[in-house]
Amino acid sequence: MKKSLLLATLLSLFLVGCSSSPINDASKPSGPSTATTNDEKDLDLASLRDPNNILSKRSIYFDYDKDVVKAEYKDLVAAHAKYVSTHPKAKITLTGNTDDRGSREYNVSLGQRRAVSVKKLMNVLGAQDTQIETVSFGEERADTNCKDDACYAKDRRVDISYEKE
Amino acid sequence: MKKYNCCMSSIFKIFISFLLFSLIFSNALAIETIEISGGSTKQINIAVMPYKEIVSDKTNSRMHQIIAADLYRSGFFKPLDVEGLVNKPSILSEINYPEMTAIEAQVMTLGQIEINNNRIKVNWFLVDINKKTILTTMEFSGPATQYRAIAHKISDTIYEKLTGIPGIFSTKISYISKNKGHYSLNVADADGFNVQSVVGSPQPLISARWSPDGTRLAYVSFEKKKPIIYIQSLVTGQRTILANFKGNNSSPSWSPDGRRLAIVLTYNANSQIYLIDPDGSNLKPLIQSAHIDTEPVWSPDGRFIYFTSDRGGRPQIYKVSSSGGEPQRVSFEGGQNLNPNISPDGKMLTYIMQEEGRFRVVLHDLQSGQITKVSDGPFDEAPKFSPNGHVILYAHKINGSGELSTVSIDGIVHQSFNIHADDIREPAWGSFVK
Repeated sequence: MKKSLLLATLLSLFLVGCSSSPINDASKPSGPSTATTNDEKDLDLASLRDPNNILSKRSIYFDYDKDVVKAEYKDLVAAHAKYVSTHPKAKITLTGNTDDRGSREYNVSLGQRRAVSVKKLMNVLGAQDTQIETVSFGEERADTNCKDDACYAKDRRVDISYEKE
Repeated sequence: MKKYNCCMSSIFKIFISFLLFSLIFSNALAIETIEISGGSTKQINIAVMPYKEIVSDKTNSRMHQIIAADLYRSGFFKPLDVEGLVNKPSILSEINYPEMTAIEAQVMTLGQIEINNNRIKVNWFLVDINKKTILTTMEFSGPATQYRAIAHKISDTIYEKLTGIPGIFSTKISYISKNKGHYSLNVADADGFNVQSVVGSPQPLISARWSPDGTRLAYVSFEKKKPIIYIQSLVTGQRTILANFKGNNSSPSWSPDGRRLAIVLTYNANSQIYLIDPDGSNLKPLIQSAHIDTEPVWSPDGRFIYFTSDRGGRPQIYKVSSSGGEPQRVSFEGGQNLNPNISPDGKMLTYIMQEEGRFRVVLHDLQSGQITKVSDGPFDEAPKFSPNGHVILYAHKINGSGELSTVSIDGIVHQSFNIHADDIREPAWGSFVK
């Protein structure tokens, strides 16, 4: 893992050369190796990783220009809310996303609105704001070659990620 | 900060050389003024003759091409085809007026270039064909590396002489490029040449904005997996964090005096507009609502902030006093209106109107209320007025990849920027460098 990050960093340095200033994306700790055994116990990381556990599902999809969490995702959100409320040391980030139509800044706001919508549902189910950060990538991770709504629909989502995971 | 040094030094050099070069311009010697009928709606026919190189170094004589391209892009000039002319005058006595009248030239420019010991000297004229009089004659000189800069300065002088408004050919633009997953915030001349990278990142960069004095760029970077606003000096390369609060930090906009910025923060709620000092202190909310308020932009007198809000359901443009208060809705036509930018005189807005699935650039005359569509879409974004208000620079998408284009505010002249990158977006125009 570290080796590939180092390689990526070197590669970006090489590509950029002297004409610009690279930002080191590999500097902050990430990946399973940084989780201590205490974290393993306190955070029950195994259940987050278990592919048979609903907690391994991390994306909530939305209708066009909507921020309402659809019924089919309520169980998923409830499972994460329960996990967060029963693991006081857990910290999660809800990252909103949109398709690539419209302005970039407005789409940051639109993605945020979706992340807030998921957060509010989690609040109702007992998860505290102090354990949750809502952010948005707007359209920055969107597929830029979409031609139909089935493609755009994949971009309209909130992704759940756990700190130290 | 050290890692920025290698790259900043080149931009720093450009600023310094620009300064030196500006100081040694000789003064304008205006001889007569021309009467242009039809005002701004009529293009001026100009013959831009090849400037003759007296002592040639390695440079080809292409100065007239740079000047003609500048003037064409402005929308106010129609450079005539002069390649086929028998006479190619470079001094006044060589002008064949009947030949110029035959190609319907109203004005012509001609001149001579001397390049010696890495110095360049250009003697040039602007001539009224009907009256057979000199409108302007000047001598520009500087280091030979300033070849393009001198051409742009000549374009600026011709433009101002004939329109009464300063030209923007010596100003700078910025844009963000994406190449093989690598993002770069770049600064370039107003014609897209002379590209310099300011910062690079493997994560997205958006929303770069020039400080009013042209020495700093505020921008949003996702390098920490969330939007954070940075300010970077183009002189020293040093960068500082403007805002890194919980949630999103985005959409910076400098106040006209450069002493405040409007920014957008979320904490754990919807996008809201705040004001902050450039050093990150003195944060206070501008307005508070339960809705999305974003994309703030200051009026040139500093009294108002225009922004995008969905408080009426769909995104529309609103304005509010820069000291806060009750917002007023500004845009009413079209399904959605967003991404506003204001003209330097404060009389026009440009923004993106969404109608029947197309996102197009529109001009909104704030006095008459008239709205004019100036681009065709379908996916146009980020329109920005030139510093003289005569041209709009914007981004558009073709088959999933972004390009930049300009359109004259009368909607007549469209030009694309010829920049080599997979994907270009998020243009911004620096103000006049004094």
